[in-house]
Amino acid sequence: MQTIKLKTPVSILSSASVAGVKEGLGPLKNFYDKVLEDAEWGEKTWEKTESKMQTFAVTKALEKANLKPTDMNYIFAGDLLNQCIASSFGLRNLEIPFFGLYGACSTMAESTSLASITVSSGYADYAVAVTSSHFCTAERQYRQPLEYGGQRPPSAQWTVTGSGAMVLGTGKSPYITHITTGKIVDMGINDANNMGAAMAPAAIDTLTAHFKDTGRTSDFYDLIVTGDLGKIGKEIVIEKMLEKGYDMRSNYNDCGCMVFDLEKQDMHAGGSGCGCIAITLCGFIMEKIKSGELKNVLFAGTGALLSPTSTLQGETIPGIAHAVAISREVD
Amino acid sequence: MAYLGSFIVGGILCAIAQILIDKTKLTPARILVLYVVVGTVLGALGLYDIIERVGHAGATVPLMGFGNTLAKGVMKAVNEKGFIGIFTGGITAAAGGITASILFGFLVALIFTPKDKY
Amino acid sequence: MTNKEYIDYVNKKTPNSKILKNTVLAFIIGGLICCVGQAFSDFYRIMFNLSAEDAKTAVPITMVFLGALFTGLNLYNKLARYAGAGTIVPITGFANSIVSPAMEFKREGLVLGLGAKMFTVAGPVLVYGITASVIVGLIYYFIGGMM
Repeated sequence: MQTIKLKTPVSILSSASVAGVKEGLGPLKNFYDKVLEDAEWGEKTWEKTESKMQTFAVTKALEKANLKPTDMNYIFAGDLLNQCIASSFGLRNLEIPFFGLYGACSTMAESTSLASITVSSGYADYAVAVTSSHFCTAERQYRQPLEYGGQRPPSAQWTVTGSGAMVLGTGKSPYITHITTGKIVDMGINDANNMGAAMAPAAIDTLTAHFKDTGRTSDFYDLIVTGDLGKIGKEIVIEKMLEKGYDMRSNYNDCGCMVFDLEKQDMHAGGSGCGCIAITLCGFIMEKIKSGELKNVLFAGTGALLSPTSTLQGETIPGIAHAVAISREVD
Repeated sequence: MAYLGSFIVGGILCAIAQILIDKTKLTPARILVLYVVVGTVLGALGLYDIIERVGHAGATVPLMGFGNTLAKGVMKAVNEKGFIGIFTGGITAAAGGITASILFGFLVALIFTPKDKY
Repeated sequence: MTNKEYIDYVNKKTPNSKILKNTVLAFIIGGLICCVGQAFSDFYRIMFNLSAEDAKTAVPITMVFLGALFTGLNLYNKLARYAGAGTIVPITGFANSIVSPAMEFKREGLVLGLGAKMFTVAGPVLVYGITASVIVGLIYYFIGGMM
């Protein structure tokens, strides 16, 4: 069994998101708490900007929940930067007991999973889950300098600038009910410009495990979202899940395809990065759950567990996906 | 005529590289290395002279021309100075381009800051 | 499904680059950049009476300057999006590959950032170019006399 049903359902007390310029021009622009006006947000380095986004997301989410940092028992945070500096520097002044995570772009689901477990098991009254990514910090670490003149192949994805945070506790709707922790899946893709295809098998593996473990069918959910598979990965998931007998054609989407207008914004295969699912979940999806338009949602953060070193050494790209089920009502 | 030659030869050298990038997934850095080495070899064999006669700047501006300069320089230096020319010839001939790259690279990097892509 | 089957499946699903369009753009823009070089070559020879030999040095210096400047102005990467290899192969692209990491890593300091990272992309060109020239020199020295 990869799935646990939380003994006490965990409440999502609040969520907050901050998005970058390009994301702010996308179709979900009205759902972010803040949209940046430039890539720097008054900071000297983009790493500082990314940290500031995490500080903002957590502070804003706490404010919405009417809680103080001192009320929090734990914060689970991670990002894409080496040694996770966006999280540790962004959260160092909050004085909340801190667990730093690395799950690549699956971090939102990983942090939410762990935060839910601590709350549900009673070890925490409140816990926060947060993650972030920034196009400029990711480019310089994983790819080329910004001013370098290169062409992106059609399968390339665009790292989302943004941060999302959720405050978890107990009591009120909506609830986190199930957690499916993914296994590392590597099907031999080694093209770092085709991360969607590298991560899709992990998403398929985790989603299948979730349905098998819970006995739920895919149409139990109004919306199933994956983190950042983009256009190619999304098609792969739909086709392969259909082959396995799960028809997700009408209720499945990928945050990488939701966060940008792929055609108009010339985004090639779509958005990626920890922030991709974080801002989509903490903005748009939570809003739709609150309004009642969505009753049962399954979100699966997807991560490509590669590094610039492993890519240079010719390694294939291991993928991971963690799924978290959210429901407005529990029985 | 020199402009037509420049346009066509320069264009062809770029087009070949583009096909290599799209077809073989060779990264641009590898293309540049490949071009400079090919240029050196063609220069050594005297074949680049032919391309240059037709292509003018279309042969000297692409990085292959840099390879040709290195090869020509080393051969000239060997003629003039003998063995030591093997070590000094290449860079001596290419000194202008290399020094300019470092100098302008340094100055521009000092003055300008990279911008986000929106 | 084996890894190989999956990779084949993915290759079929992944859209190819638009090679024809890319190649035509690379040809045109790369060709035009070379024409700019030719114009400078003529300009130096006519206006400054530079010898053909000196013009051959002056042109790359000028093109490197322009490549560096356009990179600094945040224009080179915009052109490169369309031009692809058309902006990589000319020596302006070599300048771009030197300036862009130097600018990018300035925040890590002038010595270990700007200075050290300057040749992360362009360094290999010098390594293999100069090594190739030494090999050419060696061959030329030992057997060249016989030719």
